Amino acid sequence: METKKQVSKTTLNAKEALAEEDRRPLFFGLGFGILFGFMLHKGGATKYDVIVGQLLLTDFTVLKIMLSAVATGMIGVYFMKSMGWIQLSLKKGSVGKNVLGALIFGVGFAVLGYCPGTIAGAVGNGYLDAIVGGLSGIVLGTWIFAVMYPKLKGGILKKGDFGDITIPRLLKVNDWVVVVPAVALIVLLLFWIEKAGL
Amino acid sequence: METITSVFTDTHWSPYAVGIGIGILSWLSFLISGKPIATSTTFARIGGMIEEAVTGEKTKQRPYYKKIKLKMNWQMMLVVGVVLGSFLSAIISGDFQVGVWVPSLWASAFGDSAVLRVLVALAGGIILGFGSRFAGGCTSGHGISGTLQLAVSSWVSAIFFFVGGIITAHIIYLIIA
Repeated sequence: METKKQVSKTTLNAKEALAEEDRRPLFFGLGFGILFGFMLHKGGATKYDVIVGQLLLTDFTVLKIMLSAVATGMIGVYFMKSMGWIQLSLKKGSVGKNVLGALIFGVGFAVLGYCPGTIAGAVGNGYLDAIVGGLSGIVLGTWIFAVMYPKLKGGILKKGDFGDITIPRLLKVNDWVVVVPAVALIVLLLFWIEKAGL
Repeated sequence: METITSVFTDTHWSPYAVGIGIGILSWLSFLISGKPIATSTTFARIGGMIEEAVTGEKTKQRPYYKKIKLKMNWQMMLVVGVVLGSFLSAIISGDFQVGVWVPSLWASAFGDSAVLRVLVALAGGIILGFGSRFAGGCTSGHGISGTLQLAVSSWVSAIFFFVGGIITAHIIYLIIA
């Protein structure tokens, strides 16, 4: 059965099939996840009180984690890109998706008090509202989207389409012309947040 | 005294240490796996797999499931890893929660009814899950991995995640409560 399949495939497909049998990428995914979850918990981001505290602007832990991750990540990722070691992996965007969709996400974010990554962390942390209510809600919500997708695809999701551009490409400048000031601004913002005692 | 082991058994790390750690993790993820850290498509795959288990093969014909492909992959393993990693950190720091249905901030405003909190979490989850697929990403895929790549779609999304979240949280805690 397996050999028949392989014979009928082109060389490229056979190569792809071989790559699929390689389980190493899955183990790396698991490893990255363990480190990510470990750090999310250490940062307090697996807790409802911390996440909703951020949205109520009383606890700035989530923003501090996100902004320092973005600044650190940006420097390394753009360095590796300039060395030709990696390629960016950008999401296509549109006003419909990234304004309306993101606003809907934001409402859910505040009502649930976790997001898809941190709820996995909250599950590991033992929070039962996340395990019983939140997890099943998220799965159900994505399923509703999948059912509605054929109707949304050509309409609202395409509204104001701008593709998978980056800010440097939008401004038609060298990557570092944006990376350096962006990192500087993030660092300044974090200093200001600390100084304001937030 | 702070020792190598006590670092791992501490419940809290500085948010900056955690953020820098996640940033470095994103380098490794790009370099080793060629992928950014993201989580929300996994929940859509799980939903599709559940529908497939219930109604069979025709689930795969849904255009959205054809697009994201209903199978175990790198990102799904990452989400499983997040559960394990958080569990590990919680256990070794003595912070694993047993029998906690209602977060204390929620209880301070809405009481300690587990049923109410679970129903609200379910409703919030539905909106969040729908919105994450609508926006094409979540707080990790857009909010961290996309913004660090300076993707326009991700910066717009991250800003509106927080606009929607901040307004809604204030409505919940200042008007409804």
